[in-house]
Amino acid sequence: MTLGYPGRTVLEDIEFSVRAGEVFAVVGPNGVGKSTLIRAASGILPPERGKIAIQGQDIVRMSPARRARRVAVVPQAIHLPPAVRAMEVVLMGRTPYLGWLEREDELDRQLAADAMRRTETYELAHRRVGELSGGEQQRLLVARAVAQSASVLLLDEPTAHLDLRHQDRTLKLVRELAHEQGLGVLIALHDLNLVARFSDRVALLSDGRIKSIGDPRQVLTPLELGAAYGVEIHVVEDPIHGTPLVLTG
Amino acid sequence: MSEVTARGRPLPTLSRRSKAVPFLWTSAALLTMLVLSAAVGPVHIPPLVVLKVLLARVSALGVVSDWPASYGVILNDIRLPHTALIALAGMALGGSGAAYQGLFRNPLADPYIIGVASGAGLGAVLAMTAEWPTSALGMAAVPLAAFVSALVTVAIVYGVARVGRSTPVTTLLLAGVAVGIFASALTSLIMLLSTDQLRRAISWLLGGFSLGGWGPVWASLPYLAIGLGGLILLARPLNVLQFGDEEAMQLGLDVEKLKLVIVILASLVAATAVAFSGIIGFVGLIVPHLVRMRWGPDYRRLLPLATIGGGAVLLAADAVARTVLAPRDLPVGIITAVAGAPFFLWLLRRAKQEVFW
Repeated sequence: MTLGYPGRTVLEDIEFSVRAGEVFAVVGPNGVGKSTLIRAASGILPPERGKIAIQGQDIVRMSPARRARRVAVVPQAIHLPPAVRAMEVVLMGRTPYLGWLEREDELDRQLAADAMRRTETYELAHRRVGELSGGEQQRLLVARAVAQSASVLLLDEPTAHLDLRHQDRTLKLVRELAHEQGLGVLIALHDLNLVARFSDRVALLSDGRIKSIGDPRQVLTPLELGAAYGVEIHVVEDPIHGTPLVLTG
Repeated sequence: MSEVTARGRPLPTLSRRSKAVPFLWTSAALLTMLVLSAAVGPVHIPPLVVLKVLLARVSALGVVSDWPASYGVILNDIRLPHTALIALAGMALGGSGAAYQGLFRNPLADPYIIGVASGAGLGAVLAMTAEWPTSALGMAAVPLAAFVSALVTVAIVYGVARVGRSTPVTTLLLAGVAVGIFASALTSLIMLLSTDQLRRAISWLLGGFSLGGWGPVWASLPYLAIGLGGLILLARPLNVLQFGDEEAMQLGLDVEKLKLVIVILASLVAATAVAFSGIIGFVGLIVPHLVRMRWGPDYRRLLPLATIGGGAVLLAADAVARTVLAPRDLPVGIITAVAGAPFFLWLLRRAKQEVFW
């Protein structure tokens, strides 16, 4: 498929699929189209050419509610309304299951509570979003996506504002959702070492195309990364995890 | 962070009591202002008598009429219909103002934001200068023309603002401003060309056009009930919309449909208010903010509270308008602006440290 905005094509003739139960990471330099890809996969940016499908069904043609029951998004930009309470943000994840005139029931509240516990945001339930740190807001958005009970999870730089502990926790949760609950996860990440540790497959985007795709060990190589990012890259083995460790210079 | 104690606990909820308190306060304010509004005027009627007459009207409890007959006539034929109409107008402005602020996610939005007032003004002035028959379809020509022209204006604004298959709120806002200015300019031109109608038109625009009697109350009631009731029922989707169009869509909301329905309902409400009570500034802007500052931004509470509160505030302003320069009645719009603006600024300064939007 080809993705872009009127008059500006961002990604051309790309094709890949994310399997249920895997974490699929998208990497590449700034502005290469990672967020565009996430937006398209969420169904709000119809492709210029081609098709995005879940289990064979075109997502652009689905109703927003039907789509949101299958695809949950953790957006990158944080611009949450500041006076809303944290738990209300998470309860919004139940929107695709509620008609316009319906209210959340006990099950919805239970699912939201579970999602908040799994993202360590439960204690923030009554706080207003404006009082929370960037990292706490980011975890709320992850909680909201978890509460959405979708089969596909899209995350756009979910660790950007997170400290080390919560980077680790959040990505472990994401991996758990994929490996144990069978979600298909598409995640855009800058930090290549986190990609190496937490993803099952990687696509490297560069110049509007997929330069390479596959196991992190195959994709995260000095040659491929050096060409894509325009810096000198070294890859060694991470002494703790045994995964590729990417270093510059 | 105590993860262990948190496990298994359900999501905390607000107690029933703390949910009810704001409704008790605003409803009490509305009822008090209803009684006071009917009590003040050239003939002062004790609030207790007003209360009894009200009770006698709404119930078959057999309230003994121990008040002078003239009080009964003044109240039933003049004061109460006026009070009811003002209360309805205030409720309409408070509710539709809150809805528009939510739709546009903009604190400056008010019920007239996308052209209802300028459209209504144009329609009314046209009807006045053309000297259309005074009555059509049970409505006087001026409010009917104002009502229709307000809705037509909103429809034009919405049509102009569409970009492809979506209607971005920024475009809608700007189209509303542009069409509004155009309609206002036409209104001014017509008024300039027919000087004899000028006074009447200006007085109507400032909220002083009064038809009298219960007719306008019954005529406006169905539109307001449908519009305000619908908006209040749509409070949860409106909450979701606060995350932005794109996120709301990713959360499964049919954003374009919701925006259209909210515009229709809010415009119906605002157009009804303008048609019968003229253009009354500020109530629809500040009442939702007062509620938001005190009780937070959740539209499930904000919409009904702003509706009730709008009625109370406009009744208070109207009571002042009728007494401050008695026996002259001032247009209520002047009072809402003159008293409302400084009060609001004071509140704004006090609340500026807090998050209330």
